[in-house]
Amino acid sequence: MPKLYSGAEIVFKCLEDQNVSNIFGYPGGAVLPIYDELKNFNSIKHILVRHEQGAGHAAEGYARSTGKPGVLLVTSGPGATNAVTALTDAYMDSVPLVCITGQVPTHLIGTDAFQECDTTGITRPCTKHNWLVKDVNDLAEIMHKAFEVATTGRPGPVLVDIPKDIQFQKAQYKNYRKLKKLNGKSHNNYSQKNIDELISLISKAKKPIFYTGGGVINSGTKASEFLRELVYATGFPITSTLQGLGCFPADDNQFLGMLGMHGTYEANNAMYSCDLMINVGARFDDRITGKIDEFSPKSKKVHIDIDPSSINKNVKVDLAIVGDIKSVLTSTLKTLKKSKNNFSKSNKHQISNWWEQIQKWRSKRSLDYIGSEVTIKPQYAIERLYELTKDKDTYITTEVGQHQMWAAQHYKFNKPNRWMTSGGLGTMGYGLPAAVGVQIAHPKKLVIDIAGEASVLMTMQEMSTAVQYNLPIKIFILNNEYMGMVRQWQELLHDKNYSESYTAALPDFVKMAEAYGCVGIRAKTPEELDDKIIEMLNTDRPVIFDCLVDKQENCFPMIPSGKPHNQMLLGPKDQKEKKITGKGRTLV
Amino acid sequence: MANSKSAYSFAGKKQKTDTHIIVVWVDNEAGVLARVVGLFSGRGYNIESLAVAEVDQKQNISRITIVTTGTPQVVDQIKLQLKKLVPVHKVADFKREDKNVIFKEMALFKFVANNSKLNKAFEACKNYNPVILDKTNKSNVIQITALRREIDTMSKNLKKFGLVSVSRTGAVAMTRGSEIFK
Repeated sequence: MPKLYSGAEIVFKCLEDQNVSNIFGYPGGAVLPIYDELKNFNSIKHILVRHEQGAGHAAEGYARSTGKPGVLLVTSGPGATNAVTALTDAYMDSVPLVCITGQVPTHLIGTDAFQECDTTGITRPCTKHNWLVKDVNDLAEIMHKAFEVATTGRPGPVLVDIPKDIQFQKAQYKNYRKLKKLNGKSHNNYSQKNIDELISLISKAKKPIFYTGGGVINSGTKASEFLRELVYATGFPITSTLQGLGCFPADDNQFLGMLGMHGTYEANNAMYSCDLMINVGARFDDRITGKIDEFSPKSKKVHIDIDPSSINKNVKVDLAIVGDIKSVLTSTLKTLKKSKNNFSKSNKHQISNWWEQIQKWRSKRSLDYIGSEVTIKPQYAIERLYELTKDKDTYITTEVGQHQMWAAQHYKFNKPNRWMTSGGLGTMGYGLPAAVGVQIAHPKKLVIDIAGEASVLMTMQEMSTAVQYNLPIKIFILNNEYMGMVRQWQELLHDKNYSESYTAALPDFVKMAEAYGCVGIRAKTPEELDDKIIEMLNTDRPVIFDCLVDKQENCFPMIPSGKPHNQMLLGPKDQKEKKITGKGRTLV
Repeated sequence: MANSKSAYSFAGKKQKTDTHIIVVWVDNEAGVLARVVGLFSGRGYNIESLAVAEVDQKQNISRITIVTTGTPQVVDQIKLQLKKLVPVHKVADFKREDKNVIFKEMALFKFVANNSKLNKAFEACKNYNPVILDKTNKSNVIQITALRREIDTMSKNLKKFGLVSVSRTGAVAMTRGSEIFK
């Protein structure tokens, strides 16, 4: 007679077979049988968070910094609903997550039982797929399929809802066998003809640009290597979305910086004026395109993406290549080398005017800001943080708002998987728990959450998690006492009516750090900033760094939404020089 | 738009919309209809009518027929998004004008009237395969199969013959000839 395992044991056997080493979770009535089994599976370490949203973001941080799926385990009802924000965040940013939720016993489902909610119903729109396990004999297969769905094709979150009685019931454990194909849902659906077309477009282009996104990072570190090779082999300029930062070295001359709403002048103008746009793993998000009708009007557009539904969703493209970035780039490089050896040299002349034009745009220095010797400018703080940490292999997470954009603009990423930020959903409170997850995955590395004081308060309780597991994460708060991005929009668009965007009665972050049992550091002047940052870096414990910055600073450059790329708002320095007296602002 | 205060972009030009019939083959499992319908409501697509039933008991396959309207871009998105759902096997898309496809809807009409009117009512239905399913001396129930528009017209015109209640299905579709959709 084959050995029988309880549902709870089967859950862990599946996790073991999937090589899961860490799970993030929070116990509760409906998952107690699973928590009871935890002690028997030593290879799996459980990280106790303080709120289920934190478990989700920590799992996201873990997933994005490792490329492996993140796993969270929460209870029914409020446990599941608290995880919804993180699931939605992961869905928007294509992060592979496996969420295991407890559910009330099968016979109580539908009776409004204690801590019951329709978990699969609530999470249907924010997961790639979810399952309610109604028979313990299906559990193993569903668990393994969950991992497969989460990690194949365009990655994303999945959820397995397990009623408590199923966790107790016994069944045989079915070994993991890789399913051949998921209804044909993992895609590599292009031909050599597509690649040849791409090469032909590349060789004809006079004003080309690569526009790369998070898909490159999701495709694995090799994809970033191939991308670099291709960009060098063509000599073309490259710009990246927020999520794609790190797949190409930011200090390279061919890199134009981030594009989009707060992208650089050169990147956005190049996107507007190009004649060939090669989108590699990005999705024409509205923060990138601005006004769709006037988006890059004169270009041929190529879109390389693993998700067929991303093609022609927002922008019609001329050549679609549906496939995994890594394999598409491999084929492209191979074909390019075969047909046009030494292309970057032979083609140099053809795109030299284009590079001249780009240099002109570059000379605007659109990321410049007016420095100060009295108050810390937030951009300056990021610059110093970068200078003092660039020799280390640093992992950066962020919250959402001005600080996030300044981090994206001024912190230079050279490797993939080093930058974890909530782009699609824009979840304030993402960065701190994400940093917890990153530090769990990389215990020896430096992990910094570049935060705003408003965002970080949303998930501040996870400092307690960091302290419990001795995770020396650094919470670098750019504290301007405002919800900065809200304040900026109100200044520019709502006649400076700062409705509810000022946080009165902020906590003392240094004392708060002490209360949590970690270290608090405060920097007030530009003069002391470096020393304080160094003090933070030398502290081998969690640190909350309260960096008091200029309260009025706005994040520029900026494309006001609903405007095309060539109508950017530049910073105050440029506006002064060109004597744009408020006219640009009323245009917004 | 010069003084707009929106943080978001504005809707572009409105394109022409067409009516399409989308046929989806899915695993007949709990929640699958909610997944399909939720995709439509969540992404703001229209559903004009819906018909769903299991068509293969052995393999547990259900066939969902959805009548929808949208721009070509939206219809493309609908198909691609549907194909991404895990329980979806295949998706077919037909234009309503497509001559190679048969579309049919069924309707049940209840009439309460005198015999002469009831006879006239049946007479009026005769182009649409009428079947009398129930008959008393002052009422009857007639089943017809027809196109959506025809049923619309009929339910309007038959009022005068004592039509008191209408029940109708969504459209179902089948290709003509020996071809089947793979």
